[in-house]
Amino acid sequence: MNLNNTSDFIYPEVVETPSRFRNPIGKYRLHRTDDCIACGKCVELCPYGVHVMRRGMVFVEHPYRCVGPDCADPCYEACPENALSLKRNRDFDALGDFRWTADLLTSTWHMAEFGQVPSAGLEYRIGDSGGGFDKLRLVLPKAEKSSVAEDTSQEPDMSLELNRRGDDAHGIRIPVPFYGGGMSFGSVSIHTMLSRVRAATALGTFCCTGEGGYPDELIPYDDHIITQVATGLFGVREETIQRVKIVEFKYAQGAKPGLGGHLLGDKVTPSVARMREAVVGYPLFSPFPFHSVYSVEDHKKHVDWIKAMNPKALVSVKVSTPTDVDMVAVGSYYAGAHIIHLDGSYGGTGAAPDIAKKNIAMPIEYALPKVHRFLEEEGVRDKITVIASGGIRTPHDIAKTIALGADGVCIGTADLVALECVRCHNCESGRGCARGIATTDPELMEQVSVDWGTQRIVNMYLAWIRELARILKRLNMKSIRELVGRTDCLVHLDYMKKKIRQDNRTG
Amino acid sequence: MPAKYVIHTKMVPHRFEPITRSGVIAWEEGCLKCAVCVKTLCIYHVYDHRGLNAYQMIDSIDNECMNCFRCVQSCPKELIHKSLNPEFEAIGDGYWIPNIISKLWYQAETGKIPVSGAGYPGPFSGPGFDSMWTDMSEIVRPTRDGIHGREYISTGVDIGRKPTCLTFSRDGKLEGEVTGIINIPLPIMLRVPSFGSIAPETVKGWAMAAKRLATMLAVSEEMVGPDLEDFAGTLVPIVKERPFQEVGISGKHAMVEVDRATAEAASREDIARAGSSVIPVVTMPLEKGIEERAFALVKKGFSVLHIEGSRQSTFQDSPSLFLKDGVRAVHLKLIEENARDQVTLLASGGLAMAEHVAKVIICGADAVYVDFPLLVALECRMCRRCRKGLSCPVHVEEASPEWVALRTINLLGAWHNQLLEVMGAMGIRDARRLRGEAGRAMFFEDLDESTFGSLGELEEGYELE
Repeated sequence: MNLNNTSDFIYPEVVETPSRFRNPIGKYRLHRTDDCIACGKCVELCPYGVHVMRRGMVFVEHPYRCVGPDCADPCYEACPENALSLKRNRDFDALGDFRWTADLLTSTWHMAEFGQVPSAGLEYRIGDSGGGFDKLRLVLPKAEKSSVAEDTSQEPDMSLELNRRGDDAHGIRIPVPFYGGGMSFGSVSIHTMLSRVRAATALGTFCCTGEGGYPDELIPYDDHIITQVATGLFGVREETIQRVKIVEFKYAQGAKPGLGGHLLGDKVTPSVARMREAVVGYPLFSPFPFHSVYSVEDHKKHVDWIKAMNPKALVSVKVSTPTDVDMVAVGSYYAGAHIIHLDGSYGGTGAAPDIAKKNIAMPIEYALPKVHRFLEEEGVRDKITVIASGGIRTPHDIAKTIALGADGVCIGTADLVALECVRCHNCESGRGCARGIATTDPELMEQVSVDWGTQRIVNMYLAWIRELARILKRLNMKSIRELVGRTDCLVHLDYMKKKIRQDNRTG
Repeated sequence: MPAKYVIHTKMVPHRFEPITRSGVIAWEEGCLKCAVCVKTLCIYHVYDHRGLNAYQMIDSIDNECMNCFRCVQSCPKELIHKSLNPEFEAIGDGYWIPNIISKLWYQAETGKIPVSGAGYPGPFSGPGFDSMWTDMSEIVRPTRDGIHGREYISTGVDIGRKPTCLTFSRDGKLEGEVTGIINIPLPIMLRVPSFGSIAPETVKGWAMAAKRLATMLAVSEEMVGPDLEDFAGTLVPIVKERPFQEVGISGKHAMVEVDRATAEAASREDIARAGSSVIPVVTMPLEKGIEERAFALVKKGFSVLHIEGSRQSTFQDSPSLFLKDGVRAVHLKLIEENARDQVTLLASGGLAMAEHVAKVIICGADAVYVDFPLLVALECRMCRRCRKGLSCPVHVEEASPEWVALRTINLLGAWHNQLLEVMGAMGIRDARRLRGEAGRAMFFEDLDESTFGSLGELEEGYELE
């Protein structure tokens, strides 16, 4: 593939990929009583395929697809025998949290199944955290009725150039404004890793190995892999550095800023131990910080070390969000980095103390505009790619992140949700993820097949791209580059209310 | 360097099954009796361990279930469901939320830091301490070495009047004695809560914990009975409605606490006299204008002030002002008056999580009192039945002193480790240096409006999405 010309990049096809569980969880349940005369009216009415007629009987075959009261022509009202009733699903209410609400989880599952955002019934754009992304809204010119649906104008350019220094390293343009964030082998299974990497390959973008080595299974996808050099240096070899086009330094991670990595002993299975050159069953600590780095000058030495091994590689620097994050960003630029990657605290798969996740380092929504402004004032904003990560859940989050000053984003948790993560927060305990995603247990990981996983993630990405394209068209933008730093395309509900109230008072 | 301070914790089981956020509902009616039932596939084997606690009417499955939803999603007749537990939602109040209480139970039982996977699931920010974030060191200022083998981080603090200088004789010997300072190895002192189903055994258990932790326990004078004789050095009796001259004459206690009115009525001579045998602590209700009154007491000769906020961590006379703001105001006032280093500020009120300790110290306190978490460590649900004279659902009063002590030590062991995490991430190696380090914290009020305040324009012809 010619990475420098993405205008004719052909996206993969959506292939409908249903849940691997017998009972997908939806927001509503439809109950059918024995009064049903199998007239087929509900089958005919429902545009979502909830009801199925089989051998002269009608069944609620796919209750999770029901959009409930949002339905334009509800079957439960039209049923001539009143045999159908709509109930809210209790299981649904037991799912989710403030950031990933049950609505966001199920709508992401919908995208992973159908490759498009849910048309009704679910809030797929924001969560319920009560601040930051969840209080920001995009400001769009009012849509003329049906104009968007029929809009056949040229698709906006979604591509992102990762090397903006214009030096001798690879020029890499990815066709989409995101790539997969680091999740180590050990924290997730090889099936999960391969699903993510293959989805990234299908989209022409990248996926990071995380800190935990470079399994041989990934070698066919070398051109789409970012390998990570983190403080524990697990699995880092000269050969793995030379194999890839992008190398990422992980100084800190948003989920546990200032604390380093921690793989509990239970997850250090024989294969993980081999990959990390460690002992089976013993916990592994990736210390914080890099003990060889005490200044920006030391940091440069690190970057030079990678460049000596692989002169064409792009260097990405992943940091979290302390008070001086702007200084760290500009320091990274002068140290020679191509990408500065800011990791906020809403993401992460591994074990992290709750106190760290909640309290340490500032929210990514504050850090990003600060870094963007600082790099602009320094006159180097055009020379470095700013990537944000840590809790990017939806296409709307991507648009907001870019409008706040990022060039693109890194995705992690959303990939796992596409693989049907329910966010039970037990990734770290015992044998790991009961659903076979964040585990290296040989039995549990078999629940996720690579083909299924790849297609689920591809579908979700395609749904996101379509949604982003719709947003850009509404904004009359030809390219996602036009959105970078455009805070005028955003409002924050708290401050907007204030303004309107003031206007009323003066008016 | 002092010996490394380590709090040894061990598993101390609960007496009552904890209440869980959600429960499993598994129907039998319509069961197909599949050859391989999904219940047998549970990786946590919760259906095998299942049992009914007949006394509490709790199915142990609810405490074992890890919410993976596999059985819910796999049963061919959809007979298994998860449902939120209304009893869980009813625990505590708007401040002492169920999540805080259940995490305190966990820490008191295990002595471990709450750890979980999959990122931060909570709200963006909130009132009081939830509007603060602490700093971390990225590339510069690293001082630590991972969870194991970290460099020594001292959490010790001094309580009492610190001398502004030391004088030495010509031959290099210290002149005079430095008196009236107590060093405690963690910036947390215990305090008997203002309500609760508390028996003398309970207080004895807390006193045992305080002694083993080498910290102090504040307890009202009338509760100090003969069975606390062995713990005199650990206790801070809270004296009420007695003239200051009578305070601390017994000489048994190193610290004595008096209320603000008593302190304000005391004469300079009395304060100086008392200061030679005991450290008087003045408890000041957190009210508007506290910084002025605090400084007046310092000028008079008091050097240990205890700022007492409400149970919800607010001012006592204004629920919209927070402990963190009150402590900051007093701290800054004392700096302005050039008196900060001679004074010890203690804070209390709504300190419900380890992070609150770190945050209130960053706002300017030297150390804190914990009160209600000590009760929650004993399985209290903050239901307040005891305040109405009704029986305690978990019979806190029946717990043995040893169990009380071990649960308390577990809780503070977990808090101590969390304090180390926060300080380690900041690159701070001494709790004394954490005090007032507001520049290493981030505040909602400073950041939110400056970041988003300008994003407020919605013109005609535009809509929000």
